Order: sequence, then C-alpha cells, then structure tokens
Amino acid sequence: MLRGRRGITGTAAVLTALALAATACTGAGEVGDNGAVDLDVSTGVTDDSVIIGSHQPQTGPAAPGYLPVSQGARAMFDHINAQGGIHGREIDYRVEDDGYDPATTIDVTRQLVMEDEIFAMLGGLGTPTHGGVIDFLNEEGVPDIFPSSGALAWNNPEEHPLTYGWQTDYTKEAKVQGQYITENFPDQDVGYLYQNDDIGEDSQAGLDQYLDEEVVAREHYESEVTDLSAQIAELERSGAEVVVCSCIPAFTALGMLEAASIDYDPQWVVASIGGDTQTLQALLSEFTEDTDAEDVPADAFLDGTIISTYMPRVEDDEDEWGQFFTAIYEEYGETETITNTHVFGMMQAVMFAEVLMANGEDLTRQSLIDTLESHEWNGPSNVPFASSDGDHGGHEGVFMVQYQEGGQIDVIQDPRVTDREGGEIEEVSVEPLSPEEMVFHD
Amino acid sequence: MTHFINLTLNGLASGAVYAALALSLVIIFQATRLVNFALPAFALLAVYVAHTVTQLTGAYWIGFASALGTGLLVGAVSERFIVRPIARTSQLNAIIVTLGLLLVIQGTVGMIWGNEQHGFQYAFSYVGRFSPASVFAVAAVAVVALLLFLLYRFTPLGLRMRAAAHHPEAARLSGVRVGLMLTIGWAIASFIGALAGMLAGPPFISPNVFDVVFVFGITSAVIGGLDNPFGAVLGGMLIGLGMSYVSGYFGSELATLAALVIVVIVLSVRPDGILSRPTARKV
Amino acid sequence: MTSSIAQSGERATTRTAAPEPRTSTKGWKALPLPVRHLALAALALTAVLGLLLATSDMNALRVATVGYTMLAIAGLQLLVGGSGQVSLGHGAFMMIGAYTMALLILHQPMLPLAVNLLVVVGVSVVAGLAVGAATARLHGPYLAGATLVLAVGLPGLTHRYHEVLGGSNGLTIRTAGAPPFLEGIVSTTAWQALVVWTTVVLALALLATISSGRLGRRMRTIRDDETAAAMSGVPVGRTKVVAFVVSAAAGGLAGGLQVYVLGTATPSTFTLALSLTLLAALVLGGIGSLWGALWAAIAMVHLELWASDLARALDLSRDAENNLPIVFFGIVLFLVIRFWPLGVHGALQSLRTRLRPTKTRTSTP
Repeated sequence: MLRGRRGITGTAAVLTALALAATACTGAGEVGDNGAVDLDVSTGVTDDSVIIGSHQPQTGPAAPGYLPVSQGARAMFDHINAQGGIHGREIDYRVEDDGYDPATTIDVTRQLVMEDEIFAMLGGLGTPTHGGVIDFLNEEGVPDIFPSSGALAWNNPEEHPLTYGWQTDYTKEAKVQGQYITENFPDQDVGYLYQNDDIGEDSQAGLDQYLDEEVVAREHYESEVTDLSAQIAELERSGAEVVVCSCIPAFTALGMLEAASIDYDPQWVVASIGGDTQTLQALLSEFTEDTDAEDVPADAFLDGTIISTYMPRVEDDEDEWGQFFTAIYEEYGETETITNTHVFGMMQAVMFAEVLMANGEDLTRQSLIDTLESHEWNGPSNVPFASSDGDHGGHEGVFMVQYQEGGQIDVIQDPRVTDREGGEIEEVSVEPLSPEEMVFHD
Repeated sequence: MTHFINLTLNGLASGAVYAALALSLVIIFQATRLVNFALPAFALLAVYVAHTVTQLTGAYWIGFASALGTGLLVGAVSERFIVRPIARTSQLNAIIVTLGLLLVIQGTVGMIWGNEQHGFQYAFSYVGRFSPASVFAVAAVAVVALLLFLLYRFTPLGLRMRAAAHHPEAARLSGVRVGLMLTIGWAIASFIGALAGMLAGPPFISPNVFDVVFVFGITSAVIGGLDNPFGAVLGGMLIGLGMSYVSGYFGSELATLAALVIVVIVLSVRPDGILSRPTARKV
Repeated sequence: MTSSIAQSGERATTRTAAPEPRTSTKGWKALPLPVRHLALAALALTAVLGLLLATSDMNALRVATVGYTMLAIAGLQLLVGGSGQVSLGHGAFMMIGAYTMALLILHQPMLPLAVNLLVVVGVSVVAGLAVGAATARLHGPYLAGATLVLAVGLPGLTHRYHEVLGGSNGLTIRTAGAPPFLEGIVSTTAWQALVVWTTVVLALALLATISSGRLGRRMRTIRDDETAAAMSGVPVGRTKVVAFVVSAAAGGLAGGLQVYVLGTATPSTFTLALSLTLLAALVLGGIGSLWGALWAAIAMVHLELWASDLARALDLSRDAENNLPIVFFGIVLFLVIRFWPLGVHGALQSLRTRLRPTKTRTSTP
C-alpha cells in the first residue's frame, strides 16, 4: 500500500517537474504554426439533417436586445424545414446561451463543435464574445459563417480563412453617413453619441473622413449605465443640430426620450444596429400607451429619423422581402410581432440556406466554402455582398431610409458602397430576386 | 452653471431611488441583521406585475398599487418561509439564501415574461428639466422616510418592531410576537423596494434591469450606516449626486468608480457609516 | 486525488474537527506538514492526469475551468471561512490577475508562463494589500458593501483606458500549446488543463500550509472573537490584511490561469454575478474545508450544464428553457443550505460518520 502510493507520488512528482520545466522555458505567448485542417469532411451532415450551431445571449443583461436574432433565424429554419428542407436535409439549428460572457462563449462553442458536432457556426453574436472563439473555429476547421457583429476583425481571410463577415462594418457605414450629412445638412453642427467600444471607435473613424469642424460634441455612453441625461444635455448645450447615434436600440430610444424631455429636437441619424424602428416603436409606444400623463405619441419621437441600413424593412409595404419575412414570422415566430432585429436573423438564415442549396447534394465543409466564395448574391438585400476569396466583408455598404409620420419608411438614398480606408463612395446596387424566385429550400 | 444645476437635479432624482433601496435594506438589516440580496428581484417582480396589470386594466395607478401589494406579499412570504428557517443556522447562510432567491425570482420573471425588453411608463410626465416624474420620485421617497420615522417613533407597532429587533428575548418575555414583527419588517421593506422599482424601472424593463441600481442602493446604505434610516437617505443622495457630477464632468465610465471612491473615503473616516452610533463596536 | 487535499484542509480548520485519517502511518505523519501537502498535491495531479487521459477534449476545458475556479474559491474560503471577512469583490482580483496575464503575454510574449504567473501573483498581492489596508477597519456588511462596489467599479477602468485594456472587447491573446516533444500525445487543451492543475495544486498546498500554520490559527481566533484575539496578543489589523492579501493572490492567480486557458480577458466576464456566485458556491460546497472549494467549483461549472440538459429534455417553452438554469442554481442553493447548513462537504462528512459504525458492525460479527 505504502509502496504503491509512493510509486504514484513519484511519477506525479516527476511529471510535475517535467510540466514546470516545459512551461518554464518556452514563452507563454510564442505560438507555433498550426498545420492545415482537413476540410473535406461532412461533420454534422446526415442524409436527412444538417446541424448548425450558434452562440447568442438568451439570458442576462444583453439578452433583451439580441434575443430576436435567434428567434428570427429559428422561425426561418422552421419554415425551410416545413418546405422539405434543403436537398432533403432538415436544418437542426442549435443555439447555446452564452449570456454575452466571452468565457461562457468559449465553453459553449467547444460544446457545439465537439459534442454536438456542428457542421458550421452561423451568426455567432457579439464582438467580444465571438472574438474569443474565432481562432478556435478556424483551427478546428469549422466554417464560421456571418458573425452577428459589424467589427472589422471578421474580414481577415489571411488569418481567419473560414470566417465570413455579414454585417456592413461600422466604418463603411459611418463613411456613407458622413457623406450624406455633408451633402444634405451642409454647415450644420453635428454631435456624435456613441457606445464606448469598437462601435464608437470604428464609426468615428468613418464619420471623421467627411466631417471635421462641423463636429461640436462627441458624447459616449457605457452599455451598463442606462442614463443618458448628461450626454444629451451636453449635446444640446453644444448646439448640435444633427446627432449621429452609433448606439444599440435601447440607447437610441433612451436618447430620444431624454432629448424630448428637455425639448431638444435634433435631426437624428441612426446607425443600422440601433435603427430597428420596429423595436424602437414598440418600446416607445408601450412606454406611452394608456397614460394620461404623456402627450407625445410614440411616432413623434421617431418622425424624420434617418437610418442607414442594408436590410429589408418590415415597415415598408413595397418591400417584398419585408412582407415575406413578416408572413413567415407570423406563422413560425415565438413572439407576437416581428422587428427588424428578427429580420437580421432571418436574413442570415435565408442566405445560409441559399448557399447550402447552391452547393448541391454533396456537402462538405470545403464544398460549402467553395460555393460561398463563388456565389453570386442577389438578395434579399439590394446592397452588394462580398464573400469572395480575398474579401470576406459581407455587406459592402448601406442605403438611407427615413421614418415618416404614421410608421412608413421611405428610401431617401440608394445603396452606396465603399471600403473602410480612405476610398471613394460609389453608388452600386443589386436588383434582388423576389422571395419566390430565390431558391433556398426544396 | 446650467450644467451644474442639471447634474444636481439628475443626481437628486437617481439619489431618491438609491435612498429608497437603501431604506429597504436598512429596515431588514435592523430587523434581522441581514443584507437582503433578493431586493432587486422583489422590485423586479413588483414592476412586472404592475406592467401586466396596467396593460390589462389600462390604468397606471391600479398597476402601481398592485406593485406595492406584490412587494408586501413577497417580502412577508420570503421572510416567513425562506429566510427564517435558515437564519437560525448561520447569518452567512441566510445572506446566501437571499442570493438564491434573487436567482430564482429573476429566472422566473424571465420564464413568465421573457427576456425581451418592455417599455414601462413613468408615473408622471418625464418632460422638463426637473420633470414631474422626478419630483414625484423625490417626494415619494421623502414621504416614505417620514412615515417610517413616525411608525418607528410614535406607534406601538413601531415600538414592538424595534424591541423585537434589538432585544428579541426581552421582547418575547413581554409578550411581543417577535416572529410576526420580523415578517412585518420584511413586508414593509419590500414594499419600499417595490416603490423603488416603480421609480427606477422606466423607461424600459428587463429581468436584469435593477442589478446595477441595487449595487448603488447597498452602497448608499453602507455609507449612511446600516443601522440608521436617515443614513440611508443621506447615503442615497450622496451617491446619486456624486455619480451625477462625475459622470457629467469626467465621463460616464467613471461613475461606478466614483461610487467606489466615495465608499472608500467615507468608510475610512467612519467605518460604520456616516450616521452610525459611535459605540457600535470596539476592538 | 482531492480526498488528500481535503484531508489536509480538514486538519487545517478547527471548525470541522475531522478525525485524523486512519490510513496515515507513523512514517507519513513524521514528515513535516509542507512536505505532506506537496506529496498530496502530486497525488492530486496524478488523478487529474488520469482524468484527462480518460476523457474527451471537451472535458479537458471543463477540468481546467474547475481547476482555476477551485483556486479562486479556495482563496475566498481562506478569507471568509478563515478570518471571517466576507468579501463580495473576489471577482475583482480575478480580473486584475486576468488582465495582468493578458498584458504580459501581449507585450512580453517571450516570457515563460511560470514567470508570468509569478508576476500575476505579485500584482495581485499589491492589489490585495491596497484593498486589505483600505478595508481593514470595516466589519461584516460594511466590508461586503465596499468590496461589492469594487467588483462593480473596477471594470470601468477598462473603458477609461481602452487603448491599453481594450474597452469592452477586452484583450485577446494566443498562448503556446504543448511543448514539441508532447505534440500529438496531448491536445492543447489537455496540456493547458495540466498546467492549470499543476499550478492549482501547488497553490492549494501552500494555502493549506498557511491555513494550518500560525497565520491560520490567528485568523481563526479573530473570526471567533475579535476582541478576545486582540487581548491575547494577536495583531488583528495586520492578520486581517495578510488574509486579504493571500486571498487576493489566489484570486489573481486563478484569473491569470483563466486567461491562459481561454485566451481572452473582457470586462463582461468579471461581473457582479461572478463575485456573488463565487461566494454562493463556496457556501454551497462547504465553507470549512478545501473539499468544499472543490464541490463549489464543480457546482459552478457543471450545475448550469446539467440544468440546460434537463431543460432540453423537458421540452419547455423557449423562455422557460433559457431561464431554467438560473432558477435551478437558485433552488439547489436553497435546498443545500436549508438541509445541509455546512454545505455539500458537511453533508458528506456526516454521511461518512453515519456509515462508519455500520461498516465495523458488519465486518466484525
């Protein structure tokens, strides 16, 4: 007994020494090259199903804003499955809750890859969260399709060959916004209100290429502190006539409320991430309904608000895709009303399904990548989309819409695309196929 | 100067909310020597009930009343059936149980109402520099603090509650139902917590909406002195104003750090809070 | 493996008053305490190695997570269970350790891990010293309140200095995997888990030694009665600060290890919820022994996973499924504390004492 224990202890001691010696001499940050991974595999694919994974905040402080993304994608996949799936395969869409905590994202992503054996990751949500798993996904050879974030980091084919961005990156979007403001509101004073992270940083990098001495205030907020009174007061004090809001919807709404409360009525220009007018409208109308104390109808907050976007809008009666998404969500959705954040998830699902359809019956990770890189995109958005060999940027630009009294959305500027450096802004547009014409299920 | 006045007014309005939460914590601390971590969950439940009732009846004040009623009920039930059996074993355990209660209620709210965000209206118009809604917040908290003072100082119930808290054995011998007094204390505290929720909830509510606010509630209670309701109000105002100034003059990311600095400074001078009794402890 | 750690932990605390393990021989007992702790640590490591070899790569990550979580909780245990100071800001020290580690790897990639870990401990000690000194005069809820604000306020620094600390996106790093001669035999994650546990068992052995030494005794005197401790000549203030420093060092080291494994340090990891959960898990596991820290760490890592599986099996509505893990943790916490006031470890101990007489009866009829 004693001898046995000593034996084990001895081995362990040697091992400990070995481990320490090994960690003691190599640099902790010196990373060797990884061998190429085998992509000619069909992990997660059977004759009648494909497993797709995603990490999304379903609980915790970030959940309220982002829950609709997975709800939308799920509704769309339910629709696709009800139509017979894709090449006879149903989409098995598995969402893991990461609570927007990057440490949890890493755990659930490994679980999806190693235990659920997903074929691909679709729409992993958030910059800090997805940023922690992008290396892992690429090393494991898991296609990382359309992360739900507009960070610049996703478009880096050299380092992350399997990651394909989706959202128009914040800088490109802000460049178009900046140009729009100089053209349409010349000589007016401009204030920025931005979230104090890469959203704010990248947006300013774009805006500042077109706006300079017009900028009279730069106010930021922290997503944990739900109070904008000081910022809005400062914007008013500076005399900003146009306020560019690079914020998430809750803070866009909060900003508008704060401004209304001090009788400050600037021209709002809102970025796509915070410009979900349907969500804003719902929040603001729930807020004002049935109160005798309120004399401002919800629409009044949003009247005239200018929004840059790359997605179909559910409020637009003439938008075929907007109407199509609304119909699908009414049938398969978990919640009562569709918002433009649902459309975000639904569009990712449609575009992913479209690639699977174009890929044909023989599906491997390599064939998916090949199909993706050679795919000619024509819809649902009319903004050009990049998923080529050298450019994984996703949507390349934005168009501008304006919210009208009564809830109607008008397009006030057609799509313009640009790069994230100092390149020109160009008018380019695609004619999207109608929902009936597009082939994305059997 | 206008900037300063604005910041002061904003600080007062948020300070009122912190003060209400701190008051609630102090009442429970006085009664049971516990810090009630389930308080934000009580407030949350109350606010969601108010939300539903208001939508069903179309009348804000019925919702408001049902929120306060929910507060009373959930406080009493929690004390009697959740906390009391534990409090006998260990104080730390009882605190941890309130943490467990926080998780259960927060999760249940998410189960019932979903994790989406909902709009939630103010009691009065929020329009204006120091809006009617803010005036209401400050006034409501002031009235509650005053009523509490009167209750504790001038009513037989208040006397029994104080006796039950400070000298439970003697109180029991003289015929006070100590357990009932503790339950009443928790009910009153949660009632105030629900009020704080109704003030802090708008404009948008979601299951985690009170987490951060609650931390500043604790902070206020701690710097004011956990044994003193007036300390709670003072602490709330101090934190509210301090954070408003720092956030206005130096940047909103420093607001929580400002709270930390205030705590460190106050407690290094007065380790048991500003309004603590100096004889509280000796080493 | 851990039974050995726990035994040392039991001996280290007076509260549990566990009997000396019967298996120990005279030779074993004659060894000095630190040597015994080290030998037990080596034993623990062997068990972890066995576990790693027997399970999948997925589990390796969770084994590593349990490892550093246990270290963090053990640090908190020394503070709360040892000296009676309740800190709600333990996550703040994990954050300090995590960011120190990330910055070191980013800016000094050639430094070996062992050196990094030592620096992490050094920085955490300084932080612990500062916080401990600032809060030494505080009692009970006042200390809890102050440390709570620390946990909530500290992440604000990452926004203020976001050029250095990366704002809300935090810092992302890549760490070296297994050394070349082990490549192909051990996966990167398994290797990381091994490194984590090596560090953790060494640190735990040190904690156990401290806890059973003079400092531990002084801490427990203070915990039981501060006035009496002062009268019998225990330097109360200094001991409390030292306890804080040791606890902070353990927390910081745990944070450093977390970054080493996960490769990312962000403010949204070190939330209020983390600090509160650490304390709750500690009470759940059992406050009196290092065993408790192990149960606590396992509960923190695995309870929610089990609950998610359960939720999926029950086929609930989406909202219910999402929120069930949170509710489940709360209910388990309540039930454990309600029926086992000394936590899981306490329950297992009483189970053992209850089983033992039966055993002797059946073996000697």
